[in-house]
Amino acid sequence: MTTMAKDMHGAGAMKDQGPGKAQPAGTPASDLLPDQTLVKWLRDMLLIREFEMRCAQSYQQAKIGGFCHLYTGQEAVAVGTIASVEHDDPIVTAYRDHGHALARGMSPAACMAEMYGKVTGCAKGKGGSMHMFDRPNWLFGGHGIVGAQTPLGTGLAFAARYEWEVLGASVDGGPAKKKVSLAYLGDGALNQGALHEAMNLAGLYSIPVIYIVENNGYSMGTAIDRGTTMAHDLRKKADAYGIRGEIIDGFDVVSLYDHFKPVVDWCRAEQRPAFIDLKTYRYLGHSMSDPQKYRTKDEVEAFKGKDSIDALASRLMSADSPRAKKRGGPILDEAALQALQAEVREEVRRAVDEAEAAPTPDAAELYTDVFLNPQPNLSPSGDYTHGSRNPLL
Amino acid sequence: MASANAVLSPHVDAILPRTRPPLPDFTAELPPFEAAPGRERLIQFREALREAMSEEMRRDKRVFLLGEEVAQYNGAYKISQGMLDEFGPKRIIDSPISENGFAGLAVGAAMYGLKPIIEFMSWSFSLVAADQILNNVPKMLYMSGGQWGCPVVFRGNDGAGGQLGSTHSWCVEGLYSNVPGVKIVIPSNPYDAKGLLKTAIRDYDPVFFLESERMLGDKAHVPEEEYYIPFGQAHLRREGGDCTLVSFGRPVNFCLEADAALRKDGIECDVLDMRTIRPLDIDSIIRSVRKTGRLVVVDQCWPFASVASEVITQVVERAFDWLDHQPLRVNTEDVPTPYAKNLEAEYLPNPAKIAAAVRRSLGR
Repeated sequence: MTTMAKDMHGAGAMKDQGPGKAQPAGTPASDLLPDQTLVKWLRDMLLIREFEMRCAQSYQQAKIGGFCHLYTGQEAVAVGTIASVEHDDPIVTAYRDHGHALARGMSPAACMAEMYGKVTGCAKGKGGSMHMFDRPNWLFGGHGIVGAQTPLGTGLAFAARYEWEVLGASVDGGPAKKKVSLAYLGDGALNQGALHEAMNLAGLYSIPVIYIVENNGYSMGTAIDRGTTMAHDLRKKADAYGIRGEIIDGFDVVSLYDHFKPVVDWCRAEQRPAFIDLKTYRYLGHSMSDPQKYRTKDEVEAFKGKDSIDALASRLMSADSPRAKKRGGPILDEAALQALQAEVREEVRRAVDEAEAAPTPDAAELYTDVFLNPQPNLSPSGDYTHGSRNPLL
Repeated sequence: MASANAVLSPHVDAILPRTRPPLPDFTAELPPFEAAPGRERLIQFREALREAMSEEMRRDKRVFLLGEEVAQYNGAYKISQGMLDEFGPKRIIDSPISENGFAGLAVGAAMYGLKPIIEFMSWSFSLVAADQILNNVPKMLYMSGGQWGCPVVFRGNDGAGGQLGSTHSWCVEGLYSNVPGVKIVIPSNPYDAKGLLKTAIRDYDPVFFLESERMLGDKAHVPEEEYYIPFGQAHLRREGGDCTLVSFGRPVNFCLEADAALRKDGIECDVLDMRTIRPLDIDSIIRSVRKTGRLVVVDQCWPFASVASEVITQVVERAFDWLDHQPLRVNTEDVPTPYAKNLEAEYLPNPAKIAAAVRRSLGR
């Protein structure tokens, strides 16, 4: 293991998280969840892993172009955090975004078709891997410039607060309610000015945004302590902006939920921001073109040893857990797990087949979706028009 | 003239909040630009801007104003004077000096369904927010495959002020008009400032609204009644058959001065105030060039790859055979903005340079 990995994920940092550690008060939040919710989490994580595996295959076959950043290893983060918020709480993320899209409920078919640049994709083939947008599921993108999505996440929560505080109704005229937004970022975004300006505004205006640092230890090939000060305790950065800071283990999705859900509840009730250093690890390279010379195979294998999917599967298959004892047997047996895996494999296989069969965007779509109110003479090279309806709308 | 009443997307209701006001009715006739002597309602450019924002904020609670010193200080240039008192601190919001942060906040808020007006004290400062305003604002609708627009109005002072030096004197229209996905509005007088800003706030797309510190105290007639000036329709300020003078923003006033001087020598120009750069009313320019055969474009940006270059290119592409002289442009000199008063005056377009260009075009 490199120094970085020991410091960030080894014995030191994880065991002694200091006074800011999110402590579940009394009953762990997950105890209130039905068994089926935990099974659903397992299914979602399996789906993301299978999806990314098939993305890698298609990328190697040159069926997917551009950059392609895979989520493998980090599945518990998207699944556990998204499970902690309401469906209409807005979320925004960076370019490693397939996991968030699937966890939020985007169909694998729409997600895969976007990777393929097909008209059935979530952005009609105009976005690509880094721009997964899903309006019905309140996913405000998939953003390509490191850190640039964090002011957006702040603005989403600002607007949600404005709804109940100023409008007294939702922007669509329905009842207003107290919301939070989730703004995901990688640890590589920690040193972007956009994040610090966003955090200052969130602290200043009391905006209920939760910045979730998916801390996988590397910004591309740079270990966190080579690029970020105070990497051993990122909560200090939140302190500077008057924002609640927490360190949460992102390897065990149940524990993640137990620690993260109370923070969400607090942010929602108090309408205050929070900043989470969420420890995770990516098994694959930064992108598909990364030879990974900055870390050892041993380090990667060590993290695979505490794989979040394995951990949840064995928890659900254990006969000794409190849940198992209560119901008189394990929640999941080997056959049920295999059935789940087969189901997910089939779903992703279908998504790939559909993406391959789907048509490419019509050339006429080049000049659509540039303006909502396209007027004559906006461009010397063509007239903007309205295009086909987005398949998700 | 092209119709400004747009044919809206059939999907627009799935994208924009249902509480939004409709687009203005542009078939209504505009009130007279000038009033009879004694009947004028003379107000300053800054007051016209304030009236536009206040009227739209009264209409639509989704609209808010955020920027440096807009609230408690009553506006660095007193544009928002009194608005905090009327609308309160939840809608007139002081921001720290943090352009990238608050521009990005506006992007998120607009996607969610609010209607932000973001004041840049100077467009020079927008450069530190370039990623948000050039990478996110104009591209959001496209890269989301038509799921989210980004209807923010960014407004503030553009162009050289009074001896503000090299970094504070930006004209951003040349740079920013290169990017598809935003509408760019640049009024030259109080009447237009009000009618165009109201249209900008009601529009469904992002708008960059370029004001000028040097014009904020200018007074002119602004009608009492509400009116909306459509984008993409130039205003023919003077009519003449000898040469077409095209400009936008503050230098329109220099063109009017040049034209007045030239008329004493019997030279009469069509003076076209473009009002908006995107959309660009090229049809009106072509119509005038077909009449005059001559074109001088006056632009307060640097010459290289400027709006003037674009106007001339489009005229050459579409009306080459109608030209009796090669088109000319009067830009700022191609150097960083100097401080010394005489050098700054030398650097900027002015009536003498414009008149000289018109004479050159006419061979007189």
